[in-house]
Amino acid sequence: MAQMNMLHAINEALSIAMKADERMVIFGEDVGHFGGVFRATSGLQEQYGRERCFNTPLTEQGIAGFANGLASYGMTAVAEIQFADYIFPAFDQIVNESAKFRYRSGNQFDVGGLTFRTPYGGGIAGGHYHSQSPEAYFTQTPGLKVVVPRNPEQAKGLLLAAIRDPNPVIFFEPKRLYRASVGEVPAGDYQIELGKAQVVKQGRDITVLAWGAQMEIVEKACERAEKEGISCEIIDLRTLAPWDVDTVAKSVTKTGRLLINHEAPLTGGFAGEIAATIQQECFLSLESPISRVCGLDTPYPLIHEKEYMPDELKTFEAIKASVAF
Amino acid sequence: MSNAPLTNETVHRVSFLDKASLHIPILRILQADGTTYENAVLPVIDKPLADKIFDTCVFTRVLDERMLGAQRQGRISFYMTCTGEEASIIGSTAALDKDDVILAQYREHASLRYRGFSTEQFMNQMFSNEKDLGKGRQMPIHYGSRELNYQTISSPLATQIPQATGVAYGMKLQGKRNVAICYFGEGAASEGDFHAGLNMAAVLKSPVIFFCRNNGYAISTPTEEQFAGNGIASRGVGYGMHTIRVDGNDMLAVLAATQQARAYALEHNAPVLIEAMTYRLGAHSSSDDPSGYRSKDEEAKWQQHDPVKRFKLWMVNKGWINEADETTLYERYREEVLAAVKVAEKLPIPKLDEIIEDVLDKPTPALKKQLKELKEHINKYPKAYPKSAGRL
Repeated sequence: MAQMNMLHAINEALSIAMKADERMVIFGEDVGHFGGVFRATSGLQEQYGRERCFNTPLTEQGIAGFANGLASYGMTAVAEIQFADYIFPAFDQIVNESAKFRYRSGNQFDVGGLTFRTPYGGGIAGGHYHSQSPEAYFTQTPGLKVVVPRNPEQAKGLLLAAIRDPNPVIFFEPKRLYRASVGEVPAGDYQIELGKAQVVKQGRDITVLAWGAQMEIVEKACERAEKEGISCEIIDLRTLAPWDVDTVAKSVTKTGRLLINHEAPLTGGFAGEIAATIQQECFLSLESPISRVCGLDTPYPLIHEKEYMPDELKTFEAIKASVAF
Repeated sequence: MSNAPLTNETVHRVSFLDKASLHIPILRILQADGTTYENAVLPVIDKPLADKIFDTCVFTRVLDERMLGAQRQGRISFYMTCTGEEASIIGSTAALDKDDVILAQYREHASLRYRGFSTEQFMNQMFSNEKDLGKGRQMPIHYGSRELNYQTISSPLATQIPQATGVAYGMKLQGKRNVAICYFGEGAASEGDFHAGLNMAAVLKSPVIFFCRNNGYAISTPTEEQFAGNGIASRGVGYGMHTIRVDGNDMLAVLAATQQARAYALEHNAPVLIEAMTYRLGAHSSSDDPSGYRSKDEEAKWQQHDPVKRFKLWMVNKGWINEADETTLYERYREEVLAAVKVAEKLPIPKLDEIIEDVLDKPTPALKKQLKELKEHINKYPKAYPKSAGRL
C-alpha cells in the first residue's frame, strides 16, 4: 500500500472511475487544465480530454442544473462545487431537482449518476465563507445521499462508491485534511459501502460519534479520556443520509452513553436527529443524557475559530461529564 | 486565451449603446387570411405533417376546454391551458426528431400529444390514479414520459434550462444526432437558471434549442414589468448564440425557425435561441383570473390572431381540409375526452406502498419502518383515510 494524502487519494479515485466508465464527466470551476483550486482533479483533463474534464463558467446553479441534465441522459456526472459555502446558489437545483427527479417522474427519469464533490469545514482560517459545514441542509431532503470521509483510504473507497451509487450523492470533503491527512491507501479499485457506519475503536463506557475532519479530534479526546480510565467506543458515521441507525444503536445499547460531535452549529445540526432517534431506540439503556459537542450558533468566525470549534478539550470535558452524570 | 480588448474598434469620445442598437426583425410567413407572404421561404411541410399538426391543435383545444370545465366542476384540482400558444408549442415540436429530448415548463402538453401521449395517459395523470406514469405524486398537468422523451415537469421555474444544456452535452458526448429543446416563458427568463443555462450552453457547445414563449404575462406581471431590454432575443446575442424572433402565432414561421435551428445546432454543436411572440389567451391557471390585470379589449384583439385559425385557413387554401373535416374532428375528440374522463376518475389511486418507492433506488430501512407505522395507524382509523384504508 502506498502512503498518500487525501487529495491524492481523491484524484486517484476520480481517475479510476473515469477510466472504467467512459460516460463519466468531471466539471466545475477551475477543474480543467488547472486541476481545481485544491488540485483534486490534477492531470485528469490531460488524461481524459477536454470534453470529459472541463471548466464551467462561474455559476453553481448552472453547474448543478447542467449536472442534473447530464445525469438524466444516462451520463455519470461528477460536479465540483469549489467550496461548500458556495453551494447555496445550487440549492434549488439540488433540493428541488436532483433529489426529486426519480420520485416525481414515477421512476421514469433519475439522476442517479450524479455526484457533487465539495470541500467543507473549518480550521483553515477561512472565515465565514470558506469554513461552513452545511450537511444538515441536505440530510433533511429525501432523495439525496450525504457522505463524508475521514482519511485518504476512506475517501478513495467512499468516493468510488458514491460515483457508482444509483442515487445523487453529495460528497463533502474535509478540506482541512486534504494535505494534512496522510495514510496507507490500497492500490487499485475498491469501494466502501455507503450507508454503513464504522466502529473504529471498541470501548465500554461511552459511544463517541463523529464524521469527517472531527474524527481525529474525537480520537484525541478519547485518548485523554482513556488515560482517566474511561473506555470509549468511537464510531465514524461516514454516511449521514441514509444513516446507519443499527450500528449506532447497538453501540449505545452496550455503552449506555452517546456523545455526538460536529463542526456545524448546534441548533438544527445533524446531531439533533441522531440524538432523537437514539433516545427512541435505546431509552432504557441510556445512563446519561445524549451529549452534543458542536459549533456555536454563530456564523463561522475568523479570529475566534479556535474558540468556536468543538475541539479535543471540549469533547474530553463532555465525555467526563457524561460518564459522571 | 484571455480577453483581447485591443482588437475592438476604438472611439475617442464617449458613446453609449442602447437597446435600439440591436435590430431584431420578426419572422412571419403566414398572413391572417391564411395566405403566405409573397417572398416567404416556407418550412418543409407536406399534407401528412400538416394534418398531424392540425389534429394536435384540435385535440389540445378540446382537452383544454373540457379539463378546465372538469376543474370548475371539482373533478380535478388544477388545470392549465395552452390556448393561444398552440403554434409556438406544436410548430416547434413538429420540427424535431422523436429522439430529441423535450424539457418543458408546464404549458406544453400539446407537444406531448404531438409525440403520441394518449388521451387515457393524460387523464390518468390528471386524476392521479393507479395508472398514472408519475404514480400520483404531482399536481395535474405535471406530465412526463420516458418513452416519448418528454422529461417530467417540475413546478420550479427555469430549472429545466441548465438541465437542457446538460442533456444536450450528453447527446454530443454519446455521438447522438439529436438535440434537446427547452421551453420556458419570458417570466422564467428572469431567473438565474436562464442566465446559467444559456451561458453554459454557448460556452460548452451544447446542441440545444432554447424556445421562449413570450406570451406577454407571467401570471399577472406584464413584460414591461419583467424586463427593460429588447425582449429575450437580445440576450441570446449577448451570449454569443444564434438567435431568432418569430411570430409565435404563425405555425409556419415557428416550424421554419425550429427546423433551421435544429439543423444549425447539430451541424455546429451549438445552442440556438428562439423567441416566439405570442399571447396567453387563457388564464395563467385554473387558480387565476386575468380580469384583474388585463382588459377584455386586449384579449379580443389577440383572439383575432388565433394561431389555430390562421393555420387552418392555410390548410383550407391548400385544399387539405374543409369545415366539415374540422367539425368531425372536434366532435370525435370531445367524445373521446369525455369518455376518458369517466374511466380515469373511477380508477383507484396508487397503492400506499408506492409512497416510499423511488425516493432512492431502494427504500431505506427507516422508510420501511415509517410505512409500517403508517399502515398500523390507518388500520386503526380507516374512516379517516378512505382512499387507502381499503387496499393496504
